[in-house]
Amino acid sequence: MKFPVAKTLLATATLTLAAQASAFEQSRTAECIAPANPGGGWDFTCRSVGKVLTDLGYITGNVQTVNMPGAGGGVAFAHTISKRGDDSALIVAASTATTTRLAQGQFVGMDQEMVRWVGALGADYGVIAVSKDSPFQSLNDMMDALKADPNSVKFGGGSAAGGWDHLKVLIAGRSAGIEKANLPKVKYLAFNGGAEAITQVVGGHLDAFTGDISEAQGFMASGDLKVLAVLSEERLPAPLDNIPTAREQNVDAVAPNWRGFYVPKDVSDEAYQWWVDTVDSVYSSDNWQDVMQKNGLMPFHKTGAEFSTFVKGQVDSIKEISTEIGLIK
Amino acid sequence: METLNFLLQGFAVALTPENLMFAAIGAILGTVIGALPGLGPANGVAILIPLAFSLGLPASSALILLTSVYAGAMYGGRISSILLNIPGDEPAMMTCLDGYPMALKGRAAEALAISAIASFIGSLLATIGLVILAPILAKFALRFGPAEYFALFTLAFATLGGITGKNQVKTVVAACLGLMIATVGVDITTGNQRYTYDILELYEGVDFIIAIVGLFAISELLFFIEMHAGEGFKKVSLNKLNLSMKDIIQVLPTSLRGSVLGFIAGVLPGAGASLGSFLSYTMEKKVVGKSGYFGEGDPRGVAAPEAGNNAAANGALVPMLTLGVPGSGTTAVLLAMLISLNIQPGPMLFTQNAELVWGVIAALFVGNLILLLLNIPMIGIFVKLLSIPPKYLMPVVTLVASVGIFAISNSPLDLYFMIGFGLLGYLLRKLHIPLVPVILGMLLGPEMEKSLRHALTISDGDWSILWSSGLSVGIWAVAITGLVLPYLIGPVLRRRMAAAQDKDHSIVD
Repeated sequence: MKFPVAKTLLATATLTLAAQASAFEQSRTAECIAPANPGGGWDFTCRSVGKVLTDLGYITGNVQTVNMPGAGGGVAFAHTISKRGDDSALIVAASTATTTRLAQGQFVGMDQEMVRWVGALGADYGVIAVSKDSPFQSLNDMMDALKADPNSVKFGGGSAAGGWDHLKVLIAGRSAGIEKANLPKVKYLAFNGGAEAITQVVGGHLDAFTGDISEAQGFMASGDLKVLAVLSEERLPAPLDNIPTAREQNVDAVAPNWRGFYVPKDVSDEAYQWWVDTVDSVYSSDNWQDVMQKNGLMPFHKTGAEFSTFVKGQVDSIKEISTEIGLIK
Repeated sequence: METLNFLLQGFAVALTPENLMFAAIGAILGTVIGALPGLGPANGVAILIPLAFSLGLPASSALILLTSVYAGAMYGGRISSILLNIPGDEPAMMTCLDGYPMALKGRAAEALAISAIASFIGSLLATIGLVILAPILAKFALRFGPAEYFALFTLAFATLGGITGKNQVKTVVAACLGLMIATVGVDITTGNQRYTYDILELYEGVDFIIAIVGLFAISELLFFIEMHAGEGFKKVSLNKLNLSMKDIIQVLPTSLRGSVLGFIAGVLPGAGASLGSFLSYTMEKKVVGKSGYFGEGDPRGVAAPEAGNNAAANGALVPMLTLGVPGSGTTAVLLAMLISLNIQPGPMLFTQNAELVWGVIAALFVGNLILLLLNIPMIGIFVKLLSIPPKYLMPVVTLVASVGIFAISNSPLDLYFMIGFGLLGYLLRKLHIPLVPVILGMLLGPEMEKSLRHALTISDGDWSILWSSGLSVGIWAVAITGLVLPYLIGPVLRRRMAAAQDKDHSIVD
C-alpha cells in the first residue's frame, strides 16, 4: 500500500475523529453485499468502495464483496432484514433500481422503511438517444411525434418493462405533455443490458435508446449515437457538456441513477452514524474522486437523514407514475 | 499492414517476462477452475478480479492474467466431461457425449489429447479471426435484429434432433422440459412474474449451472450409489497416451469446421460458447454421416465441440470489445473489468486503446500456446484421477460441486434445486431421455421468446417481419433443411444401418 504519508495521517486522523465522535468501534473486517452477479453496477459499487475503505484505513482488515443475485436485489433485501438485522459491519449496495422495485411492490411484503439508508456516492444520469441517421434532431421533435402517435417511436433499454429505463421515457413523456391515456401505448423493448439495446438502435432495428450516460458514451464518441437529452438538473461536466439537458428543452425530467448503500434496520445509532460519516469522508477523498472520474460517475452526494428523505421521495414519485400508467394497481 | 504492426507491438507487450508469467499463472488457474464442476470461466474471472486489483497490476497485465484464466477455463471444462461424464461448465456439455465413451473404452488419454489439440486449433483460428475480422464482424453483428435472432434460435432448435439418441420424441420431450423450466422468473417483456409464487429466489429464474450440476453430477452420483459402493460403475481402464499422427490428421478437418462455426456463433452477441459447441457437434455428425460412430466414443465427437467452444469463446470477444456487448457471462465480467480500468469498450476501443487491445490479443496467442504445452504433459496426471476409486472420488466431486453452487448466490434454496435436478436427471436417464436438450431448452428458450416478442412489437403484430430480410430468409432456409432432411434421407440410412446393429449405450441414452 503506497500513498503519501500526509494522506495516511489525514485518513487516520479522520478515522480517529469519527470514532471519537460516535464512540463506536467498527470491527476489523466488513462485508458488502452486491445483490447481483459479478460484473454489474452493484458489484462495482461494492468492490470500488470496499477498496477505498481499506486503502484509507477505515476498515483495517478486508471488505469482502459477497454476490447475492436474485429478484433484482430482493433476495439480498430480504436476507438483510431477516438474517442480518443488527450486523453493524454490513453494507448493501443499492441504486435507483432498488427504489423502483420497492415502489412497485416487487419485493413482496417489504418497503424502504425496513432498512436504514446510509448515503449515495455518485450517480449515472439518464439519457434518451437515437442513431445518427434518425430524423429526430431534438427531444422536442421526438416528443411531438409521440404526441401525434404514441406508437411512432419504439424504445429499447436494459431494464425490464416497467423498470427504471422504461420509466425515464414515461417521465419525460409526461412532462412533455403526452396524454396520460397514451403513455402506456409508448412501446418499450426490454433487453438484457443497455449495450444490447444500443446495438439494436445503431443497427437500425429500433428508433431510440433509453438508458444511462455511461452506457451511451462509447457509441457517442464514435458518432453512431446521437444523445437528444440528458436527464440531469444541469449540464454534465466536460467533455459531456455539449449534450443539452431535457430541462433546457422545456421537458422537466430528471432521472439520476444513484449508487449508494443501506444497512440493516437494527444497528445502533452510533454504528449508523459511523457509516454515514465514513461515506461522507470516502466521497470527499481523492481516491474516490479518482474512481468517479475514471468510471464516468457524476457528482451526487446525499447521506444520513437527507438521503433517507430523498429515497422516500423517489419511491413516492415512482409509485405515482407507475400507478398512473397502470404498472401497479 | 497496419494491423500487423499493431500486433507486433502487442507481442512486445505480451512477451515481457512479467506478462508471460501472468499468462502462465492464469492458464494453470483457469484449467483447474474450469475442471471443477460448478465453477466455470465466469466464476474464475470474477474470483481473480479482486486479486488483480489488490496486486495493483497495470491494465495490460491484469487483462492478460484474466484472459488467460478465461482461455484456461475453457480448456479445463472438458477434463471432467471426459473423465467423469460431468461437464465442468455449460460449453463442455457436448464433450461428454463422445469424450466419456472414449474414456470408458480406455482411451481417456487420447480423448484429452485430442480435445487439447482441437481446443488449441479453435482458439488459434478464432484469435486470427478476431485480428482480421473484428471491425467487419462488428458491423455484421449490427444487422442482426430481433427477427434474425429468432430465426437463428429456431435453427438451433431445428437441429436439436441431430445430437442425441435415436428417439426424436424423447429429444422433443427433453427440450420442452428445458423450455418449461426457462419460463420461471420475471418476464422482462411485461415485467410480470411467472411461476414464482412470491418466492424471491425464483424471480430471476433457475440458474443454468445449477441445472447442469444437478442433472449431470448428482444424477451420476445416484447411478453410482445404485450400482453399489466399492464396485464402481464402469471400470475405466487407464492407459498411456498413444496418439499417432494419423489420429491427429483424422480430427484436423473436424477441428477446422468446428472452429469456423464456433467462431461465428461466438461473434453473435447472446449466442455464446454453448451454442458454438452444440452447432459444431451437430454439423460434424451430419457431415461425417454414417461412417461415424458418434455417441460411442468417436474422436471427432470430441474434437468438434471442443474446437467449437474455444473458437466461440474467443469469438465472443469480438462483440465485447467492438460493441461493448457481452456475449456470455464471462465476457460480462471481463467487460466490467475493462470499465473499472477506465477503458470504455465499444466502437472506439481499437483506436483509443490500441496498444492495450493488441496486447491482449497477442496474449491470447501466447496463452493458447502455453495451454497446449501445459496440457499435453499433464494428461498423465489428469488420467491418474481415474485410478482413485469412485467411492472416494464421487463424494469429493459432489462436495466441490455443492460448494461451487452455494458460492454463486449464497442461497440454500439453490442446493435444494441442485438435488431436485439430480433426482430429475436420474429419472430422465432411466427413461432414456437425453439430458443435453433440457439444458439447451433452458439456455435458448428465453432468448428465443424475447426475440419473437421484440420482433412482433416492432412490426405492430405483423408476422411477416420474421422473414422480411435476406439474412433471416437465409437462416430460415438452413433451419428448414436441417429439420426436414433427416426425414427424407433418414429411412434410407436406417435401412442400411439395420444390418450393423449398434449396441446399447448407457451414456447417450
